[in-house]
Amino acid sequence: MVKDIKINRQKYDFKDDIDYIFKAKKGLSENLLREISSKKEEPEWMLDYRVKALAAFLAKPLPPWGANLSKIDFSNINYYIKPSQKSSTKWSDVPKKIKKTFDRLGIPQAERKFLAGVGAQYESEVIYHSLKKRWTDLGVVFCDMSEAPKLYPDLVKKYFGSAVPFSDNKFSALNCAMWSGGSFIYVPKGVNVAMPLQAYFRINAPSMGQFERTLIIVDEDASMHYIEGCTAPVYSKDSLHAAVVEVIALPRSRVRYTTIQNWSNNVYNLVTKRAIAYEGALVEWVDGNLGSKTTMKYPSVVLKGEGARADILSVAFAGKDQHQDTGAKVIHLANNTSSKIVSKSISKDGGRASYRGLVSIAKNANNCQVKVNCDALLLDEKSRSDTYPTMNIANKNSIIEHEASVSKVSEDQLFYLMSRGLSHEEAERMIVAGFLEVFAKELPLEYAVELNRLIKMEMEGSVG
Amino acid sequence: MTKKISKEMSVENLFASVGGQQILKGINLKIKPGKIIALMGPNGSGKSTLSQVIAGHPNYVTDKGKVMWQGKNILNLNPEDRAKMGLFLSFQYPYELPGVNMYDFLSTCYQSIFGGESHKKHFDKKLNEALKALKLSSSFLDRSVNEGFSGGEKKKSEILQMKILSPKIAILDETDSGLDIDALKIIAKNITALKSPKIGFLVITHYKRLLKYLKPDEVHIILDGQIVKTGQYDLVDKLEKQGYGWLK
Repeated sequence: MVKDIKINRQKYDFKDDIDYIFKAKKGLSENLLREISSKKEEPEWMLDYRVKALAAFLAKPLPPWGANLSKIDFSNINYYIKPSQKSSTKWSDVPKKIKKTFDRLGIPQAERKFLAGVGAQYESEVIYHSLKKRWTDLGVVFCDMSEAPKLYPDLVKKYFGSAVPFSDNKFSALNCAMWSGGSFIYVPKGVNVAMPLQAYFRINAPSMGQFERTLIIVDEDASMHYIEGCTAPVYSKDSLHAAVVEVIALPRSRVRYTTIQNWSNNVYNLVTKRAIAYEGALVEWVDGNLGSKTTMKYPSVVLKGEGARADILSVAFAGKDQHQDTGAKVIHLANNTSSKIVSKSISKDGGRASYRGLVSIAKNANNCQVKVNCDALLLDEKSRSDTYPTMNIANKNSIIEHEASVSKVSEDQLFYLMSRGLSHEEAERMIVAGFLEVFAKELPLEYAVELNRLIKMEMEGSVG
Repeated sequence: MTKKISKEMSVENLFASVGGQQILKGINLKIKPGKIIALMGPNGSGKSTLSQVIAGHPNYVTDKGKVMWQGKNILNLNPEDRAKMGLFLSFQYPYELPGVNMYDFLSTCYQSIFGGESHKKHFDKKLNEALKALKLSSSFLDRSVNEGFSGGEKKKSEILQMKILSPKIAILDETDSGLDIDALKIIAKNITALKSPKIGFLVITHYKRLLKYLKPDEVHIILDGQIVKTGQYDLVDKLEKQGYGWLK
């Protein structure tokens, strides 16, 4: 399988020359915030929320832990760019140049083949979204988050900011102030959306700040799988992607959220993802971080209802000049809740991968089960891997397992493969693919193939 | 005549070290198409070192001498280029490749050796026949390479690879160790079935148990990095009865 994949180095690294409908001046201001809010015809409460969030952003320091963010120049970022007049539900209505971009990325083909619905965001706005009739007929909603406060005011008012408040951290505050685009999903009671919904995020402009906001509500006994992919071309100036994702998993629902993040190596990717799981619900984060300059992302689940479960698989590939500070967070608040965290990281060419995890069990949450497994693979001497696990266990009747390993690709393994005719590079790639097998097998086939292709590019150092 | 010589692998006055210690001290040996050559010797005599040097393990350093094959000193080539010329080493201790399943592993090796044009259909057919002959079920292909394999499964996996890759010269490094009698018989049968003028074998072993099935054409005894005795199958019997003491 590894060998079948052809490389196209230019696949993601291309720039479009677009005439934007609106491009804000660089820098952050309350005026810009008000302008965005008014363009979106938002309700008053959302504007107030944004204003409060902006104050919080300005007041909060950069996090004193994690990756080095001191080089981010907040005054040199485009906080809002509108690429087209409106979001289309027909592919043919998407502006030609943007359409070409997504054609090159394979989006409409994938939709026809194996997806229930697709959203595509370009810079600050969703330019296309669609959901197959079969699902709209069942009451499933999949739309541009920017439209949701108008179209579904009750749901948005109830849940927006309920999992991730603006005060959570500096970048969630920034997102709450400046958010635009993202996905809004509602799956009604008992509806099982059998095919994945996918969103695709593209940054095209240099020094762009993309702040999409995603809110997913899966009602009782319903289920859904959401997939997101992200790419950008390479510029000499850094871009910033600060998203917030909130997932509300109501009783006995099942939600899986898969990310394949492949930003170019000049993107700061600082994302807050959190799910609230009610009784008997299952939330799965499958989080793959291959790209970006710096990622700080710790998908979280709050296990609020009895018997709720969290399953988090976090994968990071840190190549040259990359720091992937990733991990997971689970808060056990109810009895009989269980969580499983698997983290896999690969460091190469001086890259640094850090696992940062937090598991906490509340005093009155009995019989909880926790399993954490962190494996790091180092491909050379100059690369780095660190593990920062934290456990706050206030309850004595819980079972906790934690395993961690750091391994190196051995000369012997490489020689074994080379003695079968593989080159050094092919042999290394095969060992890496094997290390990530646990991740690849969680992906739909098309993505597993894509993942292998990306690994091949990363291993050749051709990304970014 | 010239052509015949190029198909034969000729180890010439080979001195080699690992970790600063010289293990091979002037080996001369020919591995010939159509023949089974046995190499016997006690632990630490240099048997496995010879196989690693021929296959190109980076930790082994050649101090002197060469290994001529198909008109080239193959010691100057990468391990993968030697494999592509038709060299195969069955490892004494095959390495685990976690998460890499046997099918992907075998098909990738097959494509590396035979090129991208090689037909998948032909590969699958060859694979199924080899599995059957080795009494392995097709679920074996879903397992990670060598991970959790029994001793017998590890060696069967090596022979499976050999059958798929159709080498011109195969070195079997202690293929008989860690095998129960049934697995030994199956493996011996599979090796004998491959015997043809197109392939030459170097069989490295301590014991008679595999050789009694393979009936080697020549037997060499290695002691302290040198070949000290060369003979025919009766030498195996003598070693089995008397050990190596009489050679010192």
